[in-house]
Amino acid sequence: MENIVYLLDGFQVALSLHNLLFMLIGVLLGIVVGVLPGLGGPNGVAILLPLTFGMDPTSAIILLTSIYWGALFGGAITAVLFNIPGEPWSVATTFDGYPMAQQGRAGEALTAAFTASFVGAISGVMLITFLAPLVAKFALRFGPAEFFAVFFLTFCSFIGMGKENKAKIIVSLAFGFILAGVGIDTISGDMRMTFGVTELMSGVDFLVVVIGMFGISEILLALEEGMSFRGKNAKIDPIVVLRTWAQMPRYIFTFIRSCLAGIWLGISPGGAVAASFMGYGLAKRFSSRGERFGQGEIEGVIAPETAAHAAGTAALLPMLALGIPGSATAAVLLGGLMIWGLQPGPLLFVEQRDFVWGLIASMYLGNIVGLIVVLSTVPLFAAIMRIPFALIAPVILMMCAIGAYTVANAEFDIWLMLIFGVVGYAFKKLDYPLAPMVLALVLGDRAEDAFRQALIGSGGDLSVFWENGLVTSLMVIALALLLWGPISDGLSRLRSRRPVAAE
Amino acid sequence: MKRAALAGAALLLSTLAASAWEPTKSVEIIVPFGPGGASDQMARTMQAIIQKHGFSKESFIVVNKPAATGGEAMMEMKKSKGDPHKLITTSSTIYMTPLATKIPVSWHDFTPVAMVAQDEFGLWVNAESPIKSVSDLAKAAKEAHPPLKVGGGGSKREDELVSFGVFSELGAPISYIPYKSGGEASTQLAGNHIVVETNNPSEDVANWRAGLTRPLCVLSPKRIAYTAKVTTDMAWSDVPTCGEQGLKFTYNMLRGLFLPSGVTPEQQAYYVDLIEKVTATPEWKEYLERNALKADVRTGKDYVDFLNADEAKHKDLMAKAGFLPTN
Repeated sequence: MENIVYLLDGFQVALSLHNLLFMLIGVLLGIVVGVLPGLGGPNGVAILLPLTFGMDPTSAIILLTSIYWGALFGGAITAVLFNIPGEPWSVATTFDGYPMAQQGRAGEALTAAFTASFVGAISGVMLITFLAPLVAKFALRFGPAEFFAVFFLTFCSFIGMGKENKAKIIVSLAFGFILAGVGIDTISGDMRMTFGVTELMSGVDFLVVVIGMFGISEILLALEEGMSFRGKNAKIDPIVVLRTWAQMPRYIFTFIRSCLAGIWLGISPGGAVAASFMGYGLAKRFSSRGERFGQGEIEGVIAPETAAHAAGTAALLPMLALGIPGSATAAVLLGGLMIWGLQPGPLLFVEQRDFVWGLIASMYLGNIVGLIVVLSTVPLFAAIMRIPFALIAPVILMMCAIGAYTVANAEFDIWLMLIFGVVGYAFKKLDYPLAPMVLALVLGDRAEDAFRQALIGSGGDLSVFWENGLVTSLMVIALALLLWGPISDGLSRLRSRRPVAAE
Repeated sequence: MKRAALAGAALLLSTLAASAWEPTKSVEIIVPFGPGGASDQMARTMQAIIQKHGFSKESFIVVNKPAATGGEAMMEMKKSKGDPHKLITTSSTIYMTPLATKIPVSWHDFTPVAMVAQDEFGLWVNAESPIKSVSDLAKAAKEAHPPLKVGGGGSKREDELVSFGVFSELGAPISYIPYKSGGEASTQLAGNHIVVETNNPSEDVANWRAGLTRPLCVLSPKRIAYTAKVTTDMAWSDVPTCGEQGLKFTYNMLRGLFLPSGVTPEQQAYYVDLIEKVTATPEWKEYLERNALKADVRTGKDYVDFLNADEAKHKDLMAKAGFLPTN
């Protein structure tokens, strides 16, 4: 329980007036970078890093992590309003968030998203507070085979839970795997599918694809339907936040499920993206309204946001405790730590107690400040939907282009984004699900790397995937989740045939 | 003696000439890697030093261009002929990327500014490992079945080249497992998922200090100079060289800067002077010590000679290891 004492000391550090001010500035800046897709997290923090060189490390990290929180909140805004995920883990948020906005329920969707991120993040911070040393040790048990098992679990849970046409899911998944294979292969160091194009050597960036397939294709669809010069009916409703909150207790199990899935994937470094998809998949399967997911169900916003933020926050733990960044933003923060003269690693908790606990306290406070700031802007953002699409489309297009360019400062990516806009349009017209493709693109090459690393180590022996308790149980859960969907569907079909079982 | 005098004269000349040209707008430091890595940290440390000491009236901006393992950044430098407001940071990838990928660019297309340091490489084992010396390692590698698991960052890059150099000399086959970064390899070593790993000091120091990993030896011809204690009982200078234990193979990696081609000698001299000022600051020395980098500033002909020799060494080693594309 000495952790509590340290935490209270941490609050004293973080609660000074100038640190609170930095938090507020950080959150506001973060929202701005979060709203611009591609500029998000890593770039935003990197751009502002030089400003912090003169500051003391604790204030500096408070400012930078607040930018991180702000960017996390901001990512949800464009996902809900324009179907453009500002951050990779906002992709699953668009599935139900965007339909809600289309139905004039943007305020509700945003409130749900922000509240869910807050709950997820706080559960992640609590984990860091109480279990840091234990968790750090657990993460060390993950070798290539265990990593592969985690990715396999994510794929299985998503496919098993999917209700779309299974053949189309597999086509979409395969397309994602092909894209993930483009560029330099980590294991052999050789080029794959680059066709001599220098720009393709580093592979197809996930964000570029997503901005194209979600954002651009949405504009194309809107064009096809004809430009309307009438805005959506979105009332500026100051109490929408309170009304949405009143519904929240109903979804308590969704929150709990997503927090657990998120924390689990955050510390066993599967990452926030995997967590958001798994959270969504689980909610879809276990919710009583699962059938209606994808048509604007508030639970479909809560589930992925909670899971993503629980994972994103829990992922900061390996960074602090082991010195391995769990995400790109964490990598930049790590660089920052070193420039300020701190050395991340297991000893940080012992040697830099003030700094670490100040940071942890600022995670609580930063999230509270962030929540207040974003919730107060909900009515404003929701009102954007009243602007006719024809007027806002060019702005969205520009934002998309800026976003795609900033990912690697490469002009080629803008063209790639446009191409994927057309691909996304075709996917939507032919009714192929986008999510499996996105999932395969993000995790495909990592899963492949882990699989091959495991096999190189074992000399090609497949038994490495069930050689210890951890990896075996992961594989078994994965297969169970894969088969759960089809079997339970089959069972319920059988039951409905028998009139006795009819409700 | 004569050479030193000449160098001194050149230095004097270059400082004189420096006043002749100054940047007229902000200068981009292009980092051909993503944010957070070793090259990025170096560029940002320089940026911070220039800003703090007011070495330039214009601001310096760090731009990350990780696309195509730095190939795109190099192509951009090639296209920016005559632009004195662009610098690029380099490591061994300046030879390795073009050689391995056949991108039509090399450092000969740029104007060398200065080498600022050399990075060390070491062989690392888990803290509990029974392997205590190079001969233990050779024995373990020969007995291992399936072959010994050796980890490192990236495939057909410095780490695999170093592993190849070491184990081909020891005459033992290995399974080289490439990870995305040196940091990841270090964690995998701490978790006992690999047996040995090659890494820069900065990538492994955190786990060493925490008692999770341990340096076997450094691959430099001389021991690392820093004598301050890093762990409770050891300093970098206490780590033996692999040479002391009978291994002939050595490896160091340059860290340096280039301008595009076609800049004037005055412009080049300005940056040479700037780098000399930066590398003389206490902040820079602190940065070097923190990352256990070897202080080694070379400019002018010295730098070019080093580059030529180092490139030839890489080409030879890469050919032996079979890393050069055959088609």
